[in-house]
Amino acid sequence: MVEFDLLQTLITVAFMFGLGFLLSMALVLANRKLWVFEDPRIDEVEEMLPSTNCGACGTAGCRPFAEALIAGDIKPASCTVNSTEATGDIANYLGVDAGDVVKRVARLACAGGSNVSKNKAHYSGMSTCRAAALVNGGPKSCSWGCIGLEDCARVCDQDAIKMDLHGLPVVDPSKCTACDDCVDVCPKDLFSLQPVTQKLWIACKNQVHGDAAEADCEVACNACERCVVDSPEGLIVMQDNLAVINYEKNHLASAVAAERCPTGAIVWLNNEIPVKGIKAKRIVRKDALPIH
Amino acid sequence: MGFFSAITRSSFSHGLHPPSHKAETAGIPIKRMPFAPLLIIPLSQHIGAPSRCIVNKGDEVVRGQPIADASAALSVPIHAPATGRIKSIEQVTGARGTMETAILLQVYDASSQQVLWRNPVDPASLSSEQILQAIQDLGLVGLGGAAFPSHFKQRIPDDKMVDTLVINGSECEPYLTCDHRIMLERPEHLIAGIKLAMRATKTRRAIIGIEDNKMDAVNVLQKHLLNEEHISVQAVKTKYPQGSEKMLIKSLLNREVPAGGIPLDIGVVVNNVQTLSSLGQLLPVGEGLIERVITVTGPGIKHPGNYRVPVGTPIGFILQQVGYSGGVNEFILGGPMMGPAVSSLETPITKSCSGLLVLNEPGIQDETRMIWPCIKCGRCVSACPMHLNPAQLGLLASAAEYQQMADDYNLNHCFECGCCSYICPSNIPLVQYFRIAKAINRELAA
Repeated sequence: MVEFDLLQTLITVAFMFGLGFLLSMALVLANRKLWVFEDPRIDEVEEMLPSTNCGACGTAGCRPFAEALIAGDIKPASCTVNSTEATGDIANYLGVDAGDVVKRVARLACAGGSNVSKNKAHYSGMSTCRAAALVNGGPKSCSWGCIGLEDCARVCDQDAIKMDLHGLPVVDPSKCTACDDCVDVCPKDLFSLQPVTQKLWIACKNQVHGDAAEADCEVACNACERCVVDSPEGLIVMQDNLAVINYEKNHLASAVAAERCPTGAIVWLNNEIPVKGIKAKRIVRKDALPIH
Repeated sequence: MGFFSAITRSSFSHGLHPPSHKAETAGIPIKRMPFAPLLIIPLSQHIGAPSRCIVNKGDEVVRGQPIADASAALSVPIHAPATGRIKSIEQVTGARGTMETAILLQVYDASSQQVLWRNPVDPASLSSEQILQAIQDLGLVGLGGAAFPSHFKQRIPDDKMVDTLVINGSECEPYLTCDHRIMLERPEHLIAGIKLAMRATKTRRAIIGIEDNKMDAVNVLQKHLLNEEHISVQAVKTKYPQGSEKMLIKSLLNREVPAGGIPLDIGVVVNNVQTLSSLGQLLPVGEGLIERVITVTGPGIKHPGNYRVPVGTPIGFILQQVGYSGGVNEFILGGPMMGPAVSSLETPITKSCSGLLVLNEPGIQDETRMIWPCIKCGRCVSACPMHLNPAQLGLLASAAEYQQMADDYNLNHCFECGCCSYICPSNIPLVQYFRIAKAINRELAA
């Protein structure tokens, strides 16, 4: 039988309260003593950011970006994920210039879907591009081509990459934040970040010359150099049997090169609806070029 | 006595016993493979800097003539395997999936088997430094599979001491019998090669380690070694991966290579039997390494056996010669445990390739191909000869924690023997995960 002792209970309760009060006072003091001033605008600006933490602006995430904005190290437009209005709001709120940064998107340098390219073997190992690339460079006849096992689609946090009917990744430019993840993960180095203003695009990395290139893939660059002949001086050059665009002369670029390409390896990305593959092949120009 | 020695035969701990499948080819003498019409000779067939091409498109070369020379200390020259004309020098995809430069040699129809370019030396007159130079000039690399340049392996730094030369004749990979046949057919070349390597490394003692499923080879070598007091033959237990140099050293000498170290650190140099037999055969006559013996076998091959194949022969040509019956098959260069599958019949045989296997591929829908979750049975842990924890490494790999795998779980000590994948009841492709992890870590470090 345990006897109820009121006094002892009261002492215990009072002691626990006292201990709690003392410790909380210690916390209050520490909070005052160690308090750091933080610009309240950082929180405000962070609210206006998309919170994707993609890192495309060059900082580690949205909060470091907000801190850099307050410090004046970076322009609001560097966040290419944000809408133009939101960027304008941030610029107004901070009273700074919004800046002018061209949005970049990831682009794939391959148009060889399963409908136009050939396979040299059947691959049945682990279903990742990395693993397939370790086996003789993957199942595709073209050693440079997209393997199509969705490594890029899996790594994309923004859900911007979807695989199309023919096993090629398609980037949704409205969702792409240019975070570089797909560029890193692709074992064939097919992705690169390109400003959306660059519409002329070589959708091929094949370095084989002539019929051998087309034997592997219908839309391969076969190094015929027609695009080079027709292009404004220095816009397109041939490097290792592959057409390469000099984007410093992007203002000279036009859809002519895409129309001149007999295989459809060169595409003209209008409104980000890519004309490539078999469709591109249909628009080969049949007549002589107009004389200027 | 025989029974007693069989059960006390030395070995390493862990490892496993895959079915050997060696009987199909072990009794068949080595045959010569004719020249393929087009040889594809990659410039990087060895570990180290790729060789430097010294011929041009259209040049005419004779069998045995150097067509690429050593570009660095850790590099070897390459010799023309046949008489013909250089068709082109272009990029091809190697067996490991990387693009590499290769010399394409159009072989003349009546190309002779006779080696027309040679630089004979008298081995007795050479100093150890001159032997090393001669080994490099042969283009000799480790023919067991790693293709490490042999002259570099025999070069002992001044601060190191080597007391034992181990000759690896264990050939633990299933199906392969090329080293077995070489020991049976060319013991005199092997012994000549061992003596040269002992002079180059200044070692007093050499031990040939052979798995006890090849007792006929042990007996043949013992007969040839009756008058040699410094070279001995020792049978070791048949167990995979006995042919890994770290395991073989443990079995023969009971020494362990320190973590991250090489056999040189404990006074041992290991060479494969085919490497030393090629050395003993080629160095006195001064011919380059232009062909090697490979085992061609597997279901789906009409005439399995061991073939002496010119370097650069495309596997498609070999299949044509040995009677490939066609159908959906898996082609593997080397042994089934460690060899890479290839996706192109254009893939050439290189100096490092010890076999060509044609295996029937199970259907894709086959249940054995499904990957199940890890049930933590620990079989991979008790199979791993390096005493790693493949189950934990596999979990980290699926979470893409590649750096942690290397830092905390010694991923880099894994030599990819494949025991873990073989034994896993859930069919988890562990060693494939580790290869990817290592490749990614290498990329990040670069």
